[in-house]
Amino acid sequence: MRANLRLILPLLVLAALTVVFVIGLQGDPRKLPSVFIDKPAPAFALPELAEGQAVVTPESLRGKVWLLNVFASWCAACVTEHPHLLQIARLKRVELVGLAYKDEPADTRAWLQARGNPYDRIAVDREGLVGIDYGVYGVPETFVIDAQGVIRYKAVGPVDEGFFRAHVEPLLAQAGR
Amino acid sequence: MLAELGQLLVALALATTLLTSGQQLWALQRGSLDAEAANRVLGAAALSSFVLTLGAFVLLATLFVSSDFSVLNVAENSNTLLPVPYKFAATWGSHEGSFLLWNLMLCGWTAALALASNGLAAGFRARVLTILLLLQAFFLLFLLSSSNPFERLLPAAVEGRDLNPLLQDPFMVIHPPMLYMGYVGFAVAFAFAVAALLERRLDPTWARWSRPWANAAWAFLTIGILLGSWWAYRELGWGGWWFWDPVENASLMPWLAGTALIHSLAVTDKRDALKSWTILLSIVAFALSLLGTFLVRSGVLTSVHAFATDPQRGIFILSMLTLIVGAALVLYALRTRDIGLGGRFGRLSRESFLLANNVLMSAALGAVMLGTLYPLFAEVISGRKMSVGPPYFEAVFVPLLLPAAYLMAAAPGLRWKEDTLRTLLRPMALATAASLALASVWVLWLGPFKWLTVLGLSGGLLLTWGTLDHARVQLGKLAGDPQQPLALTARVRRLGASYWGMVLAHLGVAAFVIGVTMVKSYEVEKDLVMKQGQTVEVGQGWRLTFLGIDRVEGPNYVAQHGVFQLTEGAGQVIYRLEPQKRLYQAGRQVMTEASIHYGLLRDIYVSLGDPVQSRPTDAVSDLAWGVRVYLKPFMVWVWLACVMMALGAFTTLLDRRYRLRKAQAPAAAAAAVAGAGAAGA
Repeated sequence: MRANLRLILPLLVLAALTVVFVIGLQGDPRKLPSVFIDKPAPAFALPELAEGQAVVTPESLRGKVWLLNVFASWCAACVTEHPHLLQIARLKRVELVGLAYKDEPADTRAWLQARGNPYDRIAVDREGLVGIDYGVYGVPETFVIDAQGVIRYKAVGPVDEGFFRAHVEPLLAQAGR
Repeated sequence: MLAELGQLLVALALATTLLTSGQQLWALQRGSLDAEAANRVLGAAALSSFVLTLGAFVLLATLFVSSDFSVLNVAENSNTLLPVPYKFAATWGSHEGSFLLWNLMLCGWTAALALASNGLAAGFRARVLTILLLLQAFFLLFLLSSSNPFERLLPAAVEGRDLNPLLQDPFMVIHPPMLYMGYVGFAVAFAFAVAALLERRLDPTWARWSRPWANAAWAFLTIGILLGSWWAYRELGWGGWWFWDPVENASLMPWLAGTALIHSLAVTDKRDALKSWTILLSIVAFALSLLGTFLVRSGVLTSVHAFATDPQRGIFILSMLTLIVGAALVLYALRTRDIGLGGRFGRLSRESFLLANNVLMSAALGAVMLGTLYPLFAEVISGRKMSVGPPYFEAVFVPLLLPAAYLMAAAPGLRWKEDTLRTLLRPMALATAASLALASVWVLWLGPFKWLTVLGLSGGLLLTWGTLDHARVQLGKLAGDPQQPLALTARVRRLGASYWGMVLAHLGVAAFVIGVTMVKSYEVEKDLVMKQGQTVEVGQGWRLTFLGIDRVEGPNYVAQHGVFQLTEGAGQVIYRLEPQKRLYQAGRQVMTEASIHYGLLRDIYVSLGDPVQSRPTDAVSDLAWGVRVYLKPFMVWVWLACVMMALGAFTTLLDRRYRLRKAQAPAAAAAAVAGAGAAGA
């Protein structure tokens, strides 16, 4: 029995490794979780895109579940996610805040006019400084922030149909309880 | 035209290897192998596939040097501004190019074997060459089907995307070729082991034939790892030299298996013992080289080395790995069932100590593999990303490898087969006590007493003494008649290159243990903010003055160039340190270039951080700069130690025992042909 184990063990190790590697290859190794998850949303105070409105701050949104969507008129992938954002806006269940990232206000306005504006509020981050605080490294990105002002989820890249149900509804259910 | 020609040459090489190995396998299967004729065909095929891949490689290098951006690979990895040596090195900067280099190395080792193996038994040689050509066929097929380095980009790009700045370093010219020489070199030992299994030739001769090849591969791998580590030390700017990064570990794993292998081969060669260990290690060393290639190329693990990754290719390499290694392991399970370890030996003997070496190296290998792959296991099982850091590796590595240094000091002095506790303890007890005492004094003199530092230093000292004392005793034994002793040079020669190679390599290990202990125990790291003209103390007796910063332009980058003056004692200037922070233009990437003053007893290492702006109105000359200063005691010992180990392994190649004499060949060949007939039947 011992002799047989010596002969078979290397094959078993190889088989186990192969299985793990095959499964491992399905995942994307570069998709790393954000370090911001379960941390308070960094504070900021940015001008509102629509003139004459108050500055946008996370504090003013305390007590509500809200989404911070980083977008720009120069961003091609933002066009892809735009219909889904409009859908979320129609539900009127969360506050949807846009962060116009490194974009000229005039361009942002034109872009929203052409496609429809899903946002309740739009913060203008022309220099991308708030983006740095939020660790933005690609546009679009969407942060899900709970009533306590804590970041609960971060989506990198365009959000899809399943996004709201998977990552926002559970928080709303919690908040409702 | 050149790109198409290169592709054609690779295709021809593939056809050559596929047809030749296929035909030979068929002949083997039918038992109709005419060993002499087969060897002529195989030798010619090995040489032609080498010449063909070399031709393809030269063509690719030409495309890179002439910046032909109508080739995708060139457009993605080169740039007209790149200096010529880097254009050349960019040939293996991409996945496709590095795989072509991998293939070239495999063909090179096979051709070298074909040329140097005339003395091998003909049937055995035919099997070894067939296996190597079959491996070539696999990897050339992979190259052509999913990693074609000659793919066109039409219309051609105007300018190339540039070589990753991290790779723009003189070491890029030499590190990957050395590493690949080592990785691929284990293919030869693998082929020897599989051929021995196929032919049922599990006697000491195959081990003797395999030894110089395994030693050479191990030496190249050692150099390759050394260069990679030194490169990281110079380039990354963190003052570290080993990060336990998955890709570093991927090169360390075959090295550990190779270290066990070259010692296990010695036991099988000399004593016909540890046979199944030796076979298994031959397979495992090559399997781990393939695993290393897979880990680097597939992107299955996150790594700072993830230069060129692609999951599709990962599946392909993985299938090949599983197929090749799986077949070899099945053969191992079938054919070594009855042989076991072979020659018997006592609990206290040189064999048992070498077995302990095998066990320790394998345990270290297992620990590294577990640490490297654990994040992957964890993700597969729990879906969560995590990483395993240096504390784990250091915690498991030290207790496994430090005892090895103590065992190594005693092992060569033990007799084969059986020895007594007395012969072990008599010289070693006193020496161990002396080395511990000396190390304690050393540590107390340098600062606070730490046991691990004492054990490390004493291990290095004991190993040095044990190795040299053994050589002294061996030379004494050969003196012969005390009245008219044999000349020293004659005695040195009689001990053989293999012996002196071992002495050199073991002294290298001692230097390594001392170097690592010193640098880990006494390194000083300072993160400073310095203004122009400011001076800081570094360690005891050195002062570093920040003279200023200016802007310099390189061929494809602009750099902030810091100038520091290192003074010793009463202000005597010993060195100017000039670290840089470079911005590479094509990719807009920032790279740090550390500046290092090397010394036998300490390195002083300066790297430039970012400017610290205290007031927005500060002029550039008033800016304070973040500066990292490191004092690294005995760092050079680590590099020299690796050079000694590699040189030691190369020295063994000169040994007369490995020179295959034609005189033996006919008898061996006759036996082999008979064996071939039997194996084929």
